[in-house]
Order: sequence, then C-alpha cells, then structure tokens
Amino acid sequence: MPYLDFLTTYSDRFLDGTLITLGQFGLAVLVAIIAALISGLMKMSHSKTVRATATVYIELFRGTSLLVQLYWFYFVLPLFGFTLEKFTAGFVTVGLCYGAYGAELVRGSIQSVPKGQWEAALALNMSPAARMRRIILPQALVTILPPWGNLMVEILKGTALVALISVADLMFETRQINNNTYLSAQAFGTALVIYYIFARFMVTPVMRWLERVMARKIGRM
Amino acid sequence: MKYDMSDYPLKLEGDNVPMVRFQNVTKKYGQLTVLDGLNLDVAEGEMVTIIGPSGSGKTTVLRMLMTLETIDSGVIYVDGEPLTHMEKNGRLVRASAAHLRKIRSKIGMCFQHFNLFPHMTALGNCMEGPIQVLGLSKEKAEKRALELLDMVGMAEKRDQHPSRLSGGQQQRVAIARALAMRPKVMLFDEVTSALDPEVISEVTSVIRSLVDQHNLTMLMVTHQIGFAREISDRICFFFAGQIEEQGAPKILLDSPQNDRTQQFLSAVLDAN
Repeated sequence: MPYLDFLTTYSDRFLDGTLITLGQFGLAVLVAIIAALISGLMKMSHSKTVRATATVYIELFRGTSLLVQLYWFYFVLPLFGFTLEKFTAGFVTVGLCYGAYGAELVRGSIQSVPKGQWEAALALNMSPAARMRRIILPQALVTILPPWGNLMVEILKGTALVALISVADLMFETRQINNNTYLSAQAFGTALVIYYIFARFMVTPVMRWLERVMARKIGRM
Repeated sequence: MKYDMSDYPLKLEGDNVPMVRFQNVTKKYGQLTVLDGLNLDVAEGEMVTIIGPSGSGKTTVLRMLMTLETIDSGVIYVDGEPLTHMEKNGRLVRASAAHLRKIRSKIGMCFQHFNLFPHMTALGNCMEGPIQVLGLSKEKAEKRALELLDMVGMAEKRDQHPSRLSGGQQQRVAIARALAMRPKVMLFDEVTSALDPEVISEVTSVIRSLVDQHNLTMLMVTHQIGFAREISDRICFFFAGQIEEQGAPKILLDSPQNDRTQQFLSAVLDAN
C-alpha cells in the first residue's frame, strides 16, 4: 500500500489518538505543575515532617519506573478499593511522576532569587504568603522556564506509556494499526513524526515565547 | 541560652521614652560575638549615624532592628514596646511572628544594593507595600507613591523598571518605597556604598531633606564621614561589637578621646 493511501485510510485513528495524547499531555502538565509547586515549597518548609513528606513523594516517583507506577495506579490501587478510570489514571500518574522532577526545579528557582529580595519584602512587612506570591514566585518563574521546557517535552513523550494501560492515545492507536496491517514502518514512522512535531514545533516554541514574555515583564529586555 | 528577663521592663514608660532602645543586646555567629551587650537609645526624631571598621557590628544593629537577624540576648524596644519579645502572663517571652509584624510596621529600611523588585516599575515598587500590607486602595496607593517619587525626584521615571535605572535612581526609588509605608524609624544601611561617586549626592540630598522636613527617627550606617558630620545629631563609633565612643559630630569627629576612634578616623580621612 502506498504511504498516502495508508495515511488516508488511517488518518481518523491517528487523529483520535493524537487528540487523546494532547489531552493526556495537557492534563499531565497541569498535575505536574501543581505537584511540583506544592512539593517544591514543602521541601523548603521549616517543619521536618512537611519536608519529609515531600521527600518521600519525590523519591518514590523519581526512583521508580513510570510504567510500574502506571500499573500501580491502574491495576493495584483498585485492590485497595481505590479505582481510577484509565484516562484519569494515565495523566495523574504521568503528572505526578514528572511533578517529582519538577519539585527540585521549583526549589532551585526559588532559592536562586537573591536574598535581598526576601529582605526587602520583609522590610515592607509583607506576610510570608504575599512575599512568596508577589515577590519571589514571579522572579523564580523566569529562572524555571528553560528547564521546565525540557520537562514538558519529557512529559509529552512520557504520555506514550499510557497506551500500556489501554488509554487510546496515539501510541495505542498506532499499535492497533500495526497489528491490523503489519505496516510497522509506516505506522510507527507516522507516530514518530507526530510526536516530534508536537515536541519541536509546539511545546518548544511556546516555552521560548513564554520565556521572552516573562523576561520582558521583569524588565530584562 | 537562658537569661534573666526580669531585668527588662515589659514596656518603656515615662517622659523620655526613646523611639529605639537596645538594652544589653548580644549577637553571636557561632563562636564570633558580633555585638556584645549593646546599649543604645535613639530619641524620637533623632538622626544617629553609626561608623566603624568592617566587622564591628554596625550593619548587624540595623538588621536586628529590621528583624532580619535574631538576637541572642537582651531586648530591643521600639516606640516603648518590646520588638524582639512580647508580654505573656506578665513576663517577656520571644516575640511571635504576629507580634514581630505588628512592631515591624513602624520600621522601614533602605539597603546597600537597593533590592528593588525587578518585575515591577518604580511606581509599582512604591505601591506594593501600601496595597498588600496596609490595604490601601490602588488609587490611594498610587497617589501616595507619586508624591514620594516626586519628592525624591523620580516622578518622571515612574514607569521604568529598575533595570533601566542608574544606581542613584534606584536608591531614590527604594527610599520612596520605604517611606510609602509611613514608618516612624528609617534605617539606611550603607545606602551610598554601591554608588558611583558622581551620583552619591543624588541620594544624600534626599536623605538630607528627610532630616529637614520630617520628624523621622533615623539610623544610618555609612562610610561617608563628611555626610555624617553634616546631618547627624549623634555619631556612634563601633568597635568589636560595642560602642567605643559616641557624641555630637563636632565633638566625636574633631576631638575624639579614644585611641581607636582616632586611628579609625585618620585612616578613613586619609582614604578620602
């Protein structure tokens, strides 16, 4: 079968899969941002218990395989009476996994804000929450964006594993097409290109643009 | 470290309550004693300048008063009330975060490196505290900020970010930012040390006008002896964590009694 015929025949399924992948990616990014922010801030707490809790989360999710984590969330948690729908299990696990990596980025970027900024905010008698929200986080954001862009690409690629708990994402559809047609090169080649296009021509440019916007906001341009 | 708190009054009362009192304040970093039983009163409206060699604890005095550093023993009072401590069941105990916030509101500070918020304009820097801390409306905060920026000669640059401003301009905005909180005590920590020589006068003239126009209590750490002589009510010479000698500028600078003061002054004046 010529490649163009192959594409027209299966474009619907590639499209369905791509949309699911994008959904998984978007939601996983959201989960990762929240998890990274919360655990990154917890890591800097004065309370040993709070710090320890964050460390356990980070170690657990960074130290084990994402695939095993997916199986845990989808197959093992129901045994403890906690059932997640597979789509939810997919993005929650991917988000939590990369959120654990993001936590260190959050902590590092916050600590990179000069000490004088904390002191100036304290001298204005700002509350700890206002200091963080109004003064520290906006400046930390500028530092965290470049490494966070890398993490976003990792998250996108990481979502391919949700196919293994039968979420009908791009990878899942591609495998089905391959099973039906045995046109492996065409099927997996197409998936490869789609993932690459998203990473290279969507995620990266958007992050670069954000970096520029934030740099301008902070008056560095 | 345990120490007897009964020597310290719960409140300063009477006719001549100082705006700031350091009573027997000690600060240590590990083995190093930075301040050793410091006693210092600053009256309301008084301008006190602290001079001394580096490492003598000058800056630490201001940082403790701004609560950027904790103290190891003693009590600091501001406006008659304890700052570092608070009353609990008739005794002084370590101040809670809430107590610190309450008393800290009377103090403002300017730093050697300005520490303006880089993501806000000059105007935004001056509005941030009044809005976030004092709860002023945006309109009121802007009005207050503009008046102060005008006073320090920075009204034209109100929409510029700090990265677009020179050091002298940044420091003037920083003074306006601190004043916008209407503090009773202003602290100036080597505010001209990071500036190019030709812009130092921009900043000193602003501080001079504060001395003339406001009934602010001010504490200043500086290496500019000439400026200190001109505007201070009193100069304290610090050495090894203690006040070695203090007095009116004329007396201290022109006829210092202490050998160390003499040595320091001749070294500084030689350098200038």
